[in-house]
Amino acid sequence: MRAYLPAYEMETPQDLAAALERLAAESGVWKPFAGGTDLMVLLEAGKLPHKKFLNIWNLEELRGIEVRTEHVTLGALTTYAEVQRNETLAREFPLLCRAAAATGSVATQNRGTLGGNIANASPAADSPPVLVVYDAEIEIVSAGGARWVHYASFHTEYKKMNLHAGELIRRIRLTRKHAGWKQYFRKVGTRRAQAISKICFAAAARMEAGRIADVRIAVGSVAPIVLHAVRVEESLRGQRPGDAVLQAAQDALSAEITPVDDMRSTARYRRQVARNLLGEFLEVLAG
Amino acid sequence: MPERARKIRVSCVLNGSASSFEAHPMARLLDVLREDLKLTGTKEGCGEGECGACSIEMDGVLVNSCLVPALQAQGAKIRTIEGVAIGESLHAVQQAFIAHGGAQCGICTPGMILAALNLLARHPEPDDAQIREGLSGNLCRCTGYMKIFESVVAAVRRAETGA
Repeated sequence: MRAYLPAYEMETPQDLAAALERLAAESGVWKPFAGGTDLMVLLEAGKLPHKKFLNIWNLEELRGIEVRTEHVTLGALTTYAEVQRNETLAREFPLLCRAAAATGSVATQNRGTLGGNIANASPAADSPPVLVVYDAEIEIVSAGGARWVHYASFHTEYKKMNLHAGELIRRIRLTRKHAGWKQYFRKVGTRRAQAISKICFAAAARMEAGRIADVRIAVGSVAPIVLHAVRVEESLRGQRPGDAVLQAAQDALSAEITPVDDMRSTARYRRQVARNLLGEFLEVLAG
Repeated sequence: MPERARKIRVSCVLNGSASSFEAHPMARLLDVLREDLKLTGTKEGCGEGECGACSIEMDGVLVNSCLVPALQAQGAKIRTIEGVAIGESLHAVQQAFIAHGGAQCGICTPGMILAALNLLARHPEPDDAQIREGLSGNLCRCTGYMKIFESVVAAVRRAETGA
C-alpha cells in the first residue's frame, strides 16, 4: 500500500541552528531527512510510520570534506560520490572510497550520505564496517551542545544507537594514522552493482617485520549491528600470517559472528564466506 | 483523519525553462513529472531506487526521481528525457540508440539515455569499464544490455571522430 501523502509534512530549516531548535522544541516529532534513498523507499511501500520530516539536505554546515594535519573531517551530508572524488581519502582511506563505490548505483551515490547511512542503522550498510576499521568519531549536535563519540560504540543493538531525540549527526572525523597500513575491503552481494550486501568485510593492519603489529577488522551483515571483530584482532596481534594463525583467527571469527537466514542469504553461507574473506585478508598481509 | 499537510509551491528550472508546480512536500518527483507536468518520458520501474528507469538529472547529477521528494526540487535545475533532443533533432546518444538497437520495449530507454549522458558529462571519453559502471544502475527487462552498451560506445566513437 502506498503512503497517504497528505499525512506527511516536510519543512526546510534555514540553517543548522534553526534545525536544532526545531528538533529541540518538539522533541521526537521531527526527524531529519537527507538524500531520501532509504526513507523514500519506505514511504512508497507504505512503511514509513514517522510523519514529520526536516529537510536537512541544503544545510551547508553538514557538508564538505575538510583535510587538516591530524584529521579528515566529513560533513554528515557527504555523499558516496563526493567520497570517491576526494584525493586524500583515496590515498589514506581507500576502504571508504571502495565502500562508497560499492553502495547502490551512481544515482544512489549522488544522493546517499554517510550520515544517513549511519543513522539508518542497517547492519547491511557498506560504509559502517570501514568506519569501525578507521576508528571514526562522529560529532553529535543538539540545541544544547555537541559531543564526540567513537563510531564503534555508537550502535548498541539492531537499529538502536546512541542518538537521542533532538540530536543530529553533524560530521565524521577520521584520524590520519592509517597511511602505511595494509587495507582490505570486500563486499559480497548478488551482483557487483546495486545489490545490498550478503556480507561486507573491511580490515586494515600495520605490519612490522612481517608481524601484525596492529589490526582492525569489522564485518557487516553478520550480526544485529556492524561487528567489530575484537577477538579476531586479539588472536592476530603480534602474529605472523600463516596457516595456524589463520585457523585460530577463523575460529575466533566463527565464534564472534551471529549471522541469520534472510531474504539475501543464509547464515551458513555468511559463516563460510566470512572465514574465506578473513583468509583473503591474511593473504594480503602476507603478500 | 490524520493531520493534513498542505501542498506547497515548488519552483525549479525544468529542461531549461522556469517551471513551478504544487505538490505535497513528500510527493515523489517522478509522480509530479509524469502526472502534474505531463512529462511521461520518465518511467517508473521498481519505485525503490533499484532499476534506474526514473533517472533524471538534478543539478547536474543523476538521481532516481522516485526517491526525490517534491520539496527538494525547490530551486533545482532538472533535466528529463524531454530536454535531451535539441529542437527537432535527436541527441547523438539518442540517434546511436536507434541505429544500434539500444531500445527494445523502451521502458528503460529514457533512464539509460540520461545515465549515458551523465556519464559522458563526467567522462567524455569513457573506457568500456566506465560505460558499464555508468549504466550499472539501470536495468533492462528485455535484457538488451549489449546493444545498449554498443549504442553508447558508438555515440562515444562518433563524438571522437566528429562523424
